[in-house]
Amino acid sequence: MIFIVILMIFVGVEVIGKVPAVLHTPLMSGANAIHGVVVVGAILLMLNTEVDNYLALGLGTVAVFLGTLNVVGGFVVTDRMLEMFKKKK
Amino acid sequence: MQLDIQHIIYLLASVTFILGLKMLSNAKTAKNGNLLAAGGMVAAIITAIVFHEGEVSPLVYGLIFGAIAVGTIVGWLTAKRVQMTKMPELVSLFNGMGGACAALIGLVEFHHNVGDSMSMTVILAGMVIGSVSFSGSMIAWAKLNGKIKNAIRLPKYNILNTLILIGLFAYGAWIVWTGTGSELHLYALFAAALGYGILFVLPIGGADMPVVISLLNSFTGLAAAFGGFLYGNQVMLTGGILVGSAGTLLTLVMCKAMNRPLFNVIFGAFGGGTEAAGESGPQGNVREVGPSDLAVQLNYSKKVIIVPGYGLAVAQAQHVIKELETILEERGVEVTYAIHPVAGRMPGHMNVLLAESNVEYDKLKEMEDINPEFAQTDVVLVVGANDVVNPAAKTDPSSPIYGMPILDVENAKACIVNKRSMKPGYAGIENELFFRDKTQMLFGDAKKVLTELVTELKALD
Repeated sequence: MIFIVILMIFVGVEVIGKVPAVLHTPLMSGANAIHGVVVVGAILLMLNTEVDNYLALGLGTVAVFLGTLNVVGGFVVTDRMLEMFKKKK
Repeated sequence: MQLDIQHIIYLLASVTFILGLKMLSNAKTAKNGNLLAAGGMVAAIITAIVFHEGEVSPLVYGLIFGAIAVGTIVGWLTAKRVQMTKMPELVSLFNGMGGACAALIGLVEFHHNVGDSMSMTVILAGMVIGSVSFSGSMIAWAKLNGKIKNAIRLPKYNILNTLILIGLFAYGAWIVWTGTGSELHLYALFAAALGYGILFVLPIGGADMPVVISLLNSFTGLAAAFGGFLYGNQVMLTGGILVGSAGTLLTLVMCKAMNRPLFNVIFGAFGGGTEAAGESGPQGNVREVGPSDLAVQLNYSKKVIIVPGYGLAVAQAQHVIKELETILEERGVEVTYAIHPVAGRMPGHMNVLLAESNVEYDKLKEMEDINPEFAQTDVVLVVGANDVVNPAAKTDPSSPIYGMPILDVENAKACIVNKRSMKPGYAGIENELFFRDKTQMLFGDAKKVLTELVTELKALD
């Protein structure tokens, strides 16, 4: 685990390394969509919850909803931004 | 065997995230990079559901799919419908949703792990970071939206915030230490974290919001990574850490472009000292110009550079400026745009806005490329920009923006500045450029005066 963490920190830094200022906003938006991976956690939470635990199920459902919003919204907005760069090349 | 397939898919999804981010940092591959990462995300989500072991009631599946379906529709529609000028706040809003998701996971999982201090630490860390990211993003969203206008500063807010932060750590540590399963403490910590997020972002000025959003973005990444620890889920871990580290670096890169150390953004170094500097700023006569005179001037120029800024974004004047460009090009005037790294409301935001109104990508020049060209330029048209063209950044060591790279507009033969008033920009300082002989001011809302300018130009035929 720790191995992965340290490796990923360096990968993250390397990947962003030299990015033109023009792409900061789309990049931020893209990264924003990727951390929506937290929705996987919300799904796992739901799958592990007993059916009669209504509070947990309720909160879990909201969590899945919010996470999905983050993922879908994030990727679609990024796509829209990038679409505009492409239009007239 | 099932487990192996699951791990391979998670691995592949992690690879798509890395490649996606890599491709996003290059204009040509960016779009595919985004789609690639999105594909990886879908695969990860499906894997999480399909490969789950053990009995799961249909009700739970129903709730999951329902939440995903509604989330997809709402997210999709919001993202498709929003105006391009409103994008920064939308990114902030989605970021907050991710943070809230992480916080909720922590709230629910807490009970299952009472007594296990390692898990409790991970859960509380994820919950606190997620909550701070959520409430902070909401404040950032409200600020960008104009719902909260000014930076609200409680007395001694820096000390207060630091104390609360230390308090959060201590409280969390205490809960883990005592191993208490009390809901009261859990919710109290949750509320305190939300409160901290609000107090953390409130004092920060609107112009620094992009940096804050980027920072909160990496926070949410971190919260997701803690979730990955908890479930032993690799894709959450890699995705979260990746965004955490890339987001932190991006934050620093943005700060560098504005020449503002991150510390100053957070602790607001633009406080009392700079106000005094603003008052003793340069004074003198300001020359005003009307749209009709300017139309003539532009009509007989050879080379015009447009410097778009925050004001252009606020006035939504990006389409008018394209119209102006088209007319001038028809008259044989060479038009290019000079984009300062922090022009607009977010770095790169101006490029997206201008691209929306069909300005060609090649016409947008970055600062280093365009600066030598100002000397051969007849007219520079500054629209709603201020601090990025303030010569004090080069000449006045006492200026708060001293050292910030600026666009050398003062080298051009003439400089027209469009602003609504003589009010200083967000740095709160006077701009001596406005008082120079070569400078003329064109007062008014960018969209309104540019429309008048276009009309005048058309009449000149």
